[in-house]
Amino acid sequence: MTQFLKSREALLIAVIVALLALIASRFPAFIEPSNLSKVFNDTSPLILLAIGQTLVILTRCIDLSVAANLALTGMVCAMLNASMPGIPIPVILAIAVSMGAVMGAINGLLVWTLSIPPIVVTLGTMTIYRGIIFVISGGEWVNSHEMSAAFTGFPRAEVLGLPMLSWIAIIAVAMFLLVIARTPLGRAFYAVGGNPNAAVYTGLNVGRTQFWAFVISGTLAGLTGYLWVARYAVAYVDIAGGFELEVVAACVIGGISIAGGAGTILGTLLGALFLGIVKNALPVIGISPFWQLAISGSAIVIAVAFNARASRTKGRIILKRAEGTA
Amino acid sequence: MLQSAEIGPASGVSTTPVMALSGITKTFPGVRALSEVSLELYPGQVTALVGENGAGKSTIVKVLTGILQPNEGRIEIDGQETTFPTALHATQAGITAIHQETVLFDELTVAENIFIGHAPRGRFGLIDWPAMRRKAKDILDRIDAPLDPMMPLKELGIANKHLVAIARALSVDARVVIMDEPTAALSQKEIEELYELVERLKSEGRAILFISHKFDEIFRIADRYTVFRDGQQVGAGLMSDVDEAELVRLMVGRDVDHIFPKSEHRVGDTVLQVEGFAHPTEFDGINFELRKGEILGFYGLVGAGRSELMQAIFGITRPSGGKIRIDGSDAAIHSPADAIANGIVYVPEDRGKQGAIMGLPIFQNVTLPSLSQTSNRGFLRLAEEFKLAREYTERLDLRAASLDQDVGNLSGGNQQKVVIAKWLATKPRVIILDEPTKGIDIGSKAAVHAFMAELAAQGLAVIMVSSEIPEILGMSDRVIVMREGLIAAEIAGGDLTPETLVRHAAGIGAKP
Repeated sequence: MTQFLKSREALLIAVIVALLALIASRFPAFIEPSNLSKVFNDTSPLILLAIGQTLVILTRCIDLSVAANLALTGMVCAMLNASMPGIPIPVILAIAVSMGAVMGAINGLLVWTLSIPPIVVTLGTMTIYRGIIFVISGGEWVNSHEMSAAFTGFPRAEVLGLPMLSWIAIIAVAMFLLVIARTPLGRAFYAVGGNPNAAVYTGLNVGRTQFWAFVISGTLAGLTGYLWVARYAVAYVDIAGGFELEVVAACVIGGISIAGGAGTILGTLLGALFLGIVKNALPVIGISPFWQLAISGSAIVIAVAFNARASRTKGRIILKRAEGTA
Repeated sequence: MLQSAEIGPASGVSTTPVMALSGITKTFPGVRALSEVSLELYPGQVTALVGENGAGKSTIVKVLTGILQPNEGRIEIDGQETTFPTALHATQAGITAIHQETVLFDELTVAENIFIGHAPRGRFGLIDWPAMRRKAKDILDRIDAPLDPMMPLKELGIANKHLVAIARALSVDARVVIMDEPTAALSQKEIEELYELVERLKSEGRAILFISHKFDEIFRIADRYTVFRDGQQVGAGLMSDVDEAELVRLMVGRDVDHIFPKSEHRVGDTVLQVEGFAHPTEFDGINFELRKGEILGFYGLVGAGRSELMQAIFGITRPSGGKIRIDGSDAAIHSPADAIANGIVYVPEDRGKQGAIMGLPIFQNVTLPSLSQTSNRGFLRLAEEFKLAREYTERLDLRAASLDQDVGNLSGGNQQKVVIAKWLATKPRVIILDEPTKGIDIGSKAAVHAFMAELAAQGLAVIMVSSEIPEILGMSDRVIVMREGLIAAEIAGGDLTPETLVRHAAGIGAKP
């Protein structure tokens, strides 16, 4: 318990509660359950992508192509729906998930088999995926009147008082909490990122583990692509432009170490919620959205400073008597 | 011991040391790396520093170059006491080191490498490139190095990189040049060129400390010798007063101060056969057998190819030829996972880099290769993992507050136990231990040794790669000595003496 209180997660919870209290002192309506659920729903795409990114970063990689993957998948889904409104939603979902997975697999294969640094691979595929959107759409938008009601209705459909989009984020969080804690693959993400050399000697295939992290990240990005386009009822080339940075920011604020091998899904969830609350609260308080960027940026710098400090204290303990208390 | 004033060195230069260290002690937690050692370096002379791995040679180099500060002792230059709080102080005092793997900057040019830190400055304090190029050329000409100063360093081979390092030493007008196994990676022709250069440095009156494992070159170029053993200076004098046998005796002649728990156990059937194992660059013609309940020691100098061979047996690198048989039938090992499946495990030398996974708790480190055992339908069962981890960490007498503790917070000895526990939990038949007690304290060493004997007694086949002669002699039933990628000798029984090991490892008396 005392260990939890000292953890990044406890700190983030405290920061989020303090933030909410501060906002509520001026605008009590902000913390009404209906508004909080709106904030959560608005943050759901970020949560979904950040979970995938977390797995990728745990294995010492980074996936900058997630937002482009989201946009391309979203555009394909929107164009399919516009031209063939009869395609049922489960089929659309299956297409979104598979497309995302394939794009993630391309990243993963390049990293695994060609040993290209992930930042270079995903910077390249990010540009390629964005380019393809332009090619297939010719730069045209798909607007809401071209989409079917079922298509745009799915993410908003309410189940037990929460929209489908929120439920999908909740299910994803639960699922990956389980994957991380209770599957060999989840354990392998930490081992490969924590010490790739040792992982090799343990019989783990480092490249293959990283491949699966990219596939999962891509899959979640693809799924989110459909949900995003349907929710906003519009698809265009620059959808979610720059969103990948927000995704990485959520992970870093959540305590995922950029050096790999350290961090939790709960941390990422809290990091994403923090950004989501800041983003939703600022217009309410009447602060210019430009400040939002500065605040997010400061949060990242502070979080990285915290990460650096945490990893310093984790160093070797030379004094024997200090060992037991560590 | 010697009246150096009367017996002049071969080159007939000065007999007062330019640099003298006395009573130098350096301790690390749990290890006394240097214990009151002394070392004298004379102008115009080559002093050879010899000793086994772990004798303290690298530590003294770090003390000389200001990278480490001794706990006690006196450093004198020209009779004046001095200290080197930082490496820069040592450089300014005219001490420079040419390392085994040269510490240079690949992306910079030859000239920049030579003058890094003291580049000639022109107007406004900017680097004066024409002057730097000219001066670099002058120095390179002085050592007959046919190198273009503007060439990027990364395009040079190892021998030429050594030349650049030497040029750098000359550019600061180094009075003391330390060469740490400079010929280890050079071809015969390059070695000859290096010897000529050493002669030239000598004739310019520089003092040279030459660290080497090769006796032939020590006798060829050194004027004096100093022998280290277990962090102590055990002998020094003129090369003309010593022979190979005497040097070997000084290097290894010690009492085994540690009782090895070698038990009398029955050696059973052959488990592992390695036949005709070869690698394009690391080793060739490796044949050996390993039996149940046997501890097979692998001895050799650093770089003899022992770890490389073990990595190939474990499936990390691909051999170019040969095969492995387990219980008489061929085993296809293409990856560590295959090796583990065949009951072979490898405890690597470098625990930090290759062993424990920092950031994961102890129990997860232990169960990492055994997750198929502890999981059910693809899901891990933490209770089973704790049980398995507890079983093996208790057998190794691991001291930790809790199995949930991060491995990074354990001492080196305890980390080693976690790594060994991890492998034992896979229930292996063959366990390869690479330098199992390197850098751990005496108490943990004894525990590892006791456990190794127990494993053998239980019928496990053990391969122990070690550079520590007492450990090899104390633990092994049989020893294979490797030299330059080949098996130099297989020794058992009464022939197992420190002298035979060193002779075979260093190739003394062998055909070149």
